[in-house]
Amino acid sequence: MIPAAFDYYRPKTMGDVIALLQEHGDDARVMAGGHSLIPMMKLRMADVPHLIDLQAIDGLDAITIDGGRITLGAMVTQHDLINNDGLSNAAPILSEAALQIADPQVRYMGTVGGNVANGDPGNDMPGLMQCLDAQIKVVGPDGERMIAARDYYESAYMTLRADDEVLVSIEFDAPAGGHAYEKQKRKIGDYATAAAAVQITSDAGKVGSASIAMTNLSDVPVWSEAAGAALVGTACDDTAIKAAVAAMLGDIDPSEDNRGPVAFKRHVAGITLSRAITRAWSRTTARA
Amino acid sequence: MNDMTPDREERSANLKGMGCSRKRVEDSRFTQGKGNYVDDIKLPGMLHGDFVRSPYAHARVVSINKEAALALPGVVAVLTADDLRPLNLHWMPTLAGDKQMVLADGKVLFQGQEVAFVVASDRYVAADAVELVEVEYEELPVITDPFESLKSDVVLREDLEGQTEGAHGPRKHHNHIFTWEQGDESGTNQVLDNADVVATESMYYHRTHPCPLETCGSVASMDKVNGKLTLWGTFQAPHVVRTVASLLSGIEEHNIRVVSPDIGGGFGNKVGVYPGYVCSIVASIVTGVPVKWVEDRMENLMSTAFARDYHMTGKISATKEGKITGLHCHVTADHGGFDACADPTKFPAGFMNICTGSYDIPVAYLAVDGVYTNKAPGGVSYRCSFRVTEAVYFIERMIEVLAIELGMDSAELRRINFIKKEQFPYTAALGWEYDSGDYHTAWDKALKAVDYDGLRKEQAERVEAFKRGETRTLMGIGLTFFTEIVGAGPVKNCDILGMGMFDSCEIRIHPTGSAIARLGTISQGQGHATTFAQILASEIGISADSITIEEGDTDTAPYGLGTYGSRSTPVAGAATAMAGRKIRAKAQMIAAYLLEVHDDDVEFDIDRFVVKGAPEKFKTMKEIAYAAYNQAIPGLEPGLEAVSYYDPPNMTYPFGAYVCVMDIDVDTGVPEIRRFYALDDCGTRINPMIIEGQIHGGLTEALAVALGQEIAYDDIGNVKTGTLMDFFLPTAWEVPNYETDFTVTPSPHHPIGAKGVGESPHVGGVPCFSNAVQDAFRPFGNRHTNMPHDHWRIWQTANRLGLHD
Repeated sequence: MIPAAFDYYRPKTMGDVIALLQEHGDDARVMAGGHSLIPMMKLRMADVPHLIDLQAIDGLDAITIDGGRITLGAMVTQHDLINNDGLSNAAPILSEAALQIADPQVRYMGTVGGNVANGDPGNDMPGLMQCLDAQIKVVGPDGERMIAARDYYESAYMTLRADDEVLVSIEFDAPAGGHAYEKQKRKIGDYATAAAAVQITSDAGKVGSASIAMTNLSDVPVWSEAAGAALVGTACDDTAIKAAVAAMLGDIDPSEDNRGPVAFKRHVAGITLSRAITRAWSRTTARA
Repeated sequence: MNDMTPDREERSANLKGMGCSRKRVEDSRFTQGKGNYVDDIKLPGMLHGDFVRSPYAHARVVSINKEAALALPGVVAVLTADDLRPLNLHWMPTLAGDKQMVLADGKVLFQGQEVAFVVASDRYVAADAVELVEVEYEELPVITDPFESLKSDVVLREDLEGQTEGAHGPRKHHNHIFTWEQGDESGTNQVLDNADVVATESMYYHRTHPCPLETCGSVASMDKVNGKLTLWGTFQAPHVVRTVASLLSGIEEHNIRVVSPDIGGGFGNKVGVYPGYVCSIVASIVTGVPVKWVEDRMENLMSTAFARDYHMTGKISATKEGKITGLHCHVTADHGGFDACADPTKFPAGFMNICTGSYDIPVAYLAVDGVYTNKAPGGVSYRCSFRVTEAVYFIERMIEVLAIELGMDSAELRRINFIKKEQFPYTAALGWEYDSGDYHTAWDKALKAVDYDGLRKEQAERVEAFKRGETRTLMGIGLTFFTEIVGAGPVKNCDILGMGMFDSCEIRIHPTGSAIARLGTISQGQGHATTFAQILASEIGISADSITIEEGDTDTAPYGLGTYGSRSTPVAGAATAMAGRKIRAKAQMIAAYLLEVHDDDVEFDIDRFVVKGAPEKFKTMKEIAYAAYNQAIPGLEPGLEAVSYYDPPNMTYPFGAYVCVMDIDVDTGVPEIRRFYALDDCGTRINPMIIEGQIHGGLTEALAVALGQEIAYDDIGNVKTGTLMDFFLPTAWEVPNYETDFTVTPSPHHPIGAKGVGESPHVGGVPCFSNAVQDAFRPFGNRHTNMPHDHWRIWQTANRLGLHD
């Protein structure tokens, strides 16, 4: 648990960050809360000769709710998500999910940007952002560009963000209808055995729209378009939920680890999703 | 003598003696971050050591190239077995009569084994240098299963080749260590053959690890000018470490000072001697400056002492009415690459022969086969007396299986087989003499407290509702009645490396009436500084607040065998009481002299001696202490000191009755602990608050072991659970609100009747949590499933029983 030597930078402007990234290329990494990267460095599984800390850059920790559009700065912490009243009203799924991430001490440091950017299949925010159809803003030498969360993840730890780009914010429309973030884990602080993010709207007693994303059941987060489609137009009854689960099971690809064998994970994925749908749907009715 | 004299009740309360929930005096420093642990020790010029460890579970070490590491600025030395060989320290003896490589001597036998020791000017340079040591390995076939090991042609311990006799008798195979037999084999078989009912079950008690929050470490400082070695370390038995260090190094024992500073939890992990200790000593001798070695979490989990790893097969017989007639137990014990079990010398499987439990079983037989595999050595008693958790798990599972076989309620089955109060002292079929007990009273109290009959009714209704499809949650009721065996000695039975397992206390009363007492034990969180002062306060009439307790420094403390196996209170606590009584005896003579009466005419009264029949005539202990140093008393030496070395006449036998109520989601495998009731009888209760804390801690470690904590290996000997991400250490979130209760059955042979309590909740807790899981599935045909009961294994049980169809 002793990291290799590294140079530490704490630049004050994004321009300086980009310049450092261009100078050091693969040898540099940007750090937000550090709660994924630093353990990897201590285990000597991540070799980061140049570590660039974003803490001194202004304006990255804002939560903005403008009309129906929500923007989260990259340095917004998990703790901030739990304790923002505006956000809890506009997108309550965020606090419901954040409360299931790690423990309070980690949530004071862990950031949304780091969680989304890292590409760890165990992180909760990537699946959640796919559920919300978020847009991810990155800044690089050629300026800003937006990437859809549903396109962002290529494989474990591999994303569409280039090495000299920095994730600066995430934005999405405030979701309508009911929500649920359901997560099974072995203990506080653990990654999900299976987790499901669900947003559903109702239209005259039927499902108007449904967005479903699963976490830690593949090497990338899985937005299951088919699972959502299976619910639309139904009364969200058992048959519909079974169809959604079946569709979701066609999209995930879990692997065996200490959390259990594949058959168990697939079963739990189905249970987790059906519970999430049921809860989200009940909230739809409650809101209507 | 004057009206201001407080009444007896007030005087008694002022003592803060036995029975008082005195706040822990240790906690002001611990809660303020002012503890002094091994890693807090920083000495001028101190160097830092780190290990090159084997990535392979079984391999030949072809070559070790130190050049690149030695070239790194700041690196002082890289030690290998070849460097230790001239000192004959490349191997070291284990507590179990085997020997263990300090650094890989030609081959490695488990993943994480120590191969080379890097010494550098700072901790970071040492870690960098570890990566620069080039080791060439030639992989060998890996054996992680003890049954396969006993059939394999692969010789794990080439150094023992041809040795058919081990430390504990004949070896049957080149990977076999010992067979340990207890009891009457033919008598037991005869009873089993002719019994009305026989229940047979095999169970695996998985490998786990004590995982104290503070890992192991040491700082060695060899002073070459005066020839003295000082060794600070995470030692549960500092005096034994001094003796062993002297025998190994040839340094005379008076020139070695061993200090156990504050210790952040031991749970058995810090009983043994590890290569890191030896290497830090050698490195300090070689370099002439202090050398620190502190392992990290992964090293701790991977290479220091594991616990359990017992494959147990049992047969238990009974009459049709449920009276148990015989018990047969066979254990295949996986000891890893070296036999480094921490047990008294004559007990290679610890006190596994307490496996007849709390029951009056006329005949029994136990055989344990120890086996080498490519796993880390160890076999320590993780929060229990020697192998008692295994024994109690075994019998409490066998009772449940027998109840199923008999179609009988297991609470009733226990009740009709308990050793009766009037049978104590009771000699069990496997030899132990239980000193005292009142099991029926404790059991009835426990079942009543939880409304046992009501719980069974609710469970039956739940099963019906489940079958009707109205719920997907099952309810389990876990029962356990356990008897611990703690407080080793006696010296005639129990020794460690030849050192008899007595313990000690030395007391000095200061002239102004305060005191210091030093003991041969060492607290690792048990609160000795608090509780031993309470014993003394009651014995000598000086307030606990005026008594300092000191342990762990071999230059000042009397020799003792240390703290593990719940032996501190039974042994050192007894020594404390006995030394206190010597103080009191002298104080009586001083008081009589001062009061101008005969010795027999004064009697002890809380904090003073009073003239019999004239309580207004008295001398307080404070006055007596002053007189001891300031008056010439005819026939008495000045001063007021005493020392006691206590060899207990027997072990003590704490017991308890536990009930766990659990709800299990069959679809996710998630258990919810609704209720946990723990009744403990530890004899005389010294500090009820500390007892409650001990019970909470032991139950939490029991929950961990039962519900997920394991050291798991893959087929090629890789440790799969090497970090706290995968090794389950419960937090407040996973832990229920425990309900604690007690009965008091004092030990008849202990000076204050105390029995020890720190490990009881672990011993009783593991089978209780496990029985709750198993009981939930019992109505659907479950007899036994192995721990750990983590989500996927519980789910698998439900799946196997067809509950997902």
